[in-house]
Amino acid sequence: MNETGMPLLVRVARPKPPSALSNALVFGWRAVLKFKHVPEQLFDLVMTPIMFTLLFTFVFGGALAGSPGEYLQFFLPGILVQTVVFNAVYSGMGLSTDIGKGLFDRFRSLPIWPLSPFAGLMVGDILRHLIAATIILSIGLILGYRPEAGLPGVLAAFLMLVAIGFGTGWIFIVLGLLIRTPTTVMTLGFTFLFPVVFASNIMVDPVTMPGWLRAFVEVNPVSLMTTALRGLMSGSATFGQVFRALIAPVVLTGALAPVTLWIYLRRD
Amino acid sequence: MNVSPVNQPVPTGPGALAISARGLVKSFGKVRAVDGIDLDVPAGMIFAILGPNGAGKTTLMRMLATLARPDRGSATVMGHDVEQAPHEVRGAIAMTGQFASLDEDLTGRENLVLLARLWGFRGRAAKTRAGELLAAFGLAEAATRQVKDYSGGMRRRLDIAASLVVTPDVLFLDEPTTGLDPSARKDVWRMIRGLAASGVTILLTTQYLEEADQLAARIAVIDHGRKIAEGTSRQLKAATGTGVLHVALADGARLGEAAAILEHWLGHSAQPGSEGAQLSVSAGTAEAASEALASLLASGIELSDFSMGQPSLDEVFFALTAKSNQDGDRTEVGS
Repeated sequence: MNETGMPLLVRVARPKPPSALSNALVFGWRAVLKFKHVPEQLFDLVMTPIMFTLLFTFVFGGALAGSPGEYLQFFLPGILVQTVVFNAVYSGMGLSTDIGKGLFDRFRSLPIWPLSPFAGLMVGDILRHLIAATIILSIGLILGYRPEAGLPGVLAAFLMLVAIGFGTGWIFIVLGLLIRTPTTVMTLGFTFLFPVVFASNIMVDPVTMPGWLRAFVEVNPVSLMTTALRGLMSGSATFGQVFRALIAPVVLTGALAPVTLWIYLRRD
Repeated sequence: MNVSPVNQPVPTGPGALAISARGLVKSFGKVRAVDGIDLDVPAGMIFAILGPNGAGKTTLMRMLATLARPDRGSATVMGHDVEQAPHEVRGAIAMTGQFASLDEDLTGRENLVLLARLWGFRGRAAKTRAGELLAAFGLAEAATRQVKDYSGGMRRRLDIAASLVVTPDVLFLDEPTTGLDPSARKDVWRMIRGLAASGVTILLTTQYLEEADQLAARIAVIDHGRKIAEGTSRQLKAATGTGVLHVALADGARLGEAAAILEHWLGHSAQPGSEGAQLSVSAGTAEAASEALASLLASGIELSDFSMGQPSLDEVFFALTAKSNQDGDRTEVGS
């Protein structure tokens, strides 16, 4: 280090304050940089769904649907929903890490739009969801999955996945804000998500389940999302299916975005 | 020597205060982390808040930096109220927290460009500003490495650089050298002095007495959420009373005899030094010390060395905290 850092002695004045949008874009840029520097995060995101796809298709597929090929056709849209929902846990962990390291204290002591760091999280999440979904879909295509609705169906399904991820993300942003240890966020997240994801129609048709469970599965938001996604990719989606799938993301966003703001701004 | 008692503002015009706080209180559950602190920091000064772990230093600083809301009391930074105008306060300050608040996955350059853009530097200007800071802090070579591969000293330098993207009016440094090796600590001290020379007001917390002594023009001593003393380092030392006379004997065999003479003249017990034939004893005044020295010589005890030192800030701190615990109330330093 040289002397006392002479260039510092020149006082640098503050440029014209940037817009809220500019602040948000800077945080989006940070999320993109994270992909560049930590590409292995994608490995974490896609390994579990890839294992699920392979194991369920080849081990259970024949027994559940007659043949692995037929089962994959049923299962793949569901695994996309599962991937996106599980992904949301990781953004909560990232937030918890940032707060634990004091990074958010630095952001909060800056004269910026207070919500811009969250906009960055959202950009990162959406990228993560799209990349992970593309990888899983590609593997599905290699194994023989065919979306009957073609490219438009897939694009509509991806939009739906982004909405699902966005809505679910709020749960884990709140947890990330409240919980100091990232691994606790993960444990809590999966404890909550595993029953919700398994007691759904992702893996099997609920007709063989006991009545009480079937009643839950049929109103489980994950089932509603999966039904809509299957419909979009096969071209048989109804307006009602899409509407019901979007209830949970919309309710979660409406309820938890203000909670997020309140926790973040309470300054304790 | 005149030390201002606690609770009285330093005698400067109100316009010259960078930070002014009155009766700040912040509790976490039943614990009063900050229990009624007044603080006046003149513009352009390095001001240290000295205290042990858990004394409330960080909480006090977080309230001043708008990161925590006071339960009671009020504070202004550069004339802006921390409660009423937090955005304006944030425009005038920068804070370097206790733990490097950097994105470990990003490179040093990316961290600074990110902050420069948040402050409003656009495109090339943000990169130029990041480059200037990296060069100034000796990090140009490490610019493209991820922060997680930085040493502790490099992180701390980058962390301080991150607070200087725009030159702040007031810089908060929470334990700026905790965990650094001695050479990295000296680097940080140099930076802090350089910044103060350019007119930045610096409020730093530290648990190192030496650090406060070396850097700060004024020191507030904090314990259990209360300010127990405030003044210059010299004033705080003088407030505990006395200086200390250190002598080294040429002949170690006469240590006992010399100790008896010193104790007789100075009225305090003589402590043997850490090595060789040395003695240290509290001396009321320089006159008393020279009389004691003359008496040693008159008895034919030869000295190889002697010195008169002020008490260390450690001794001052322990004296002050012991007093505050005894009284259960604030100690007023000086007259």
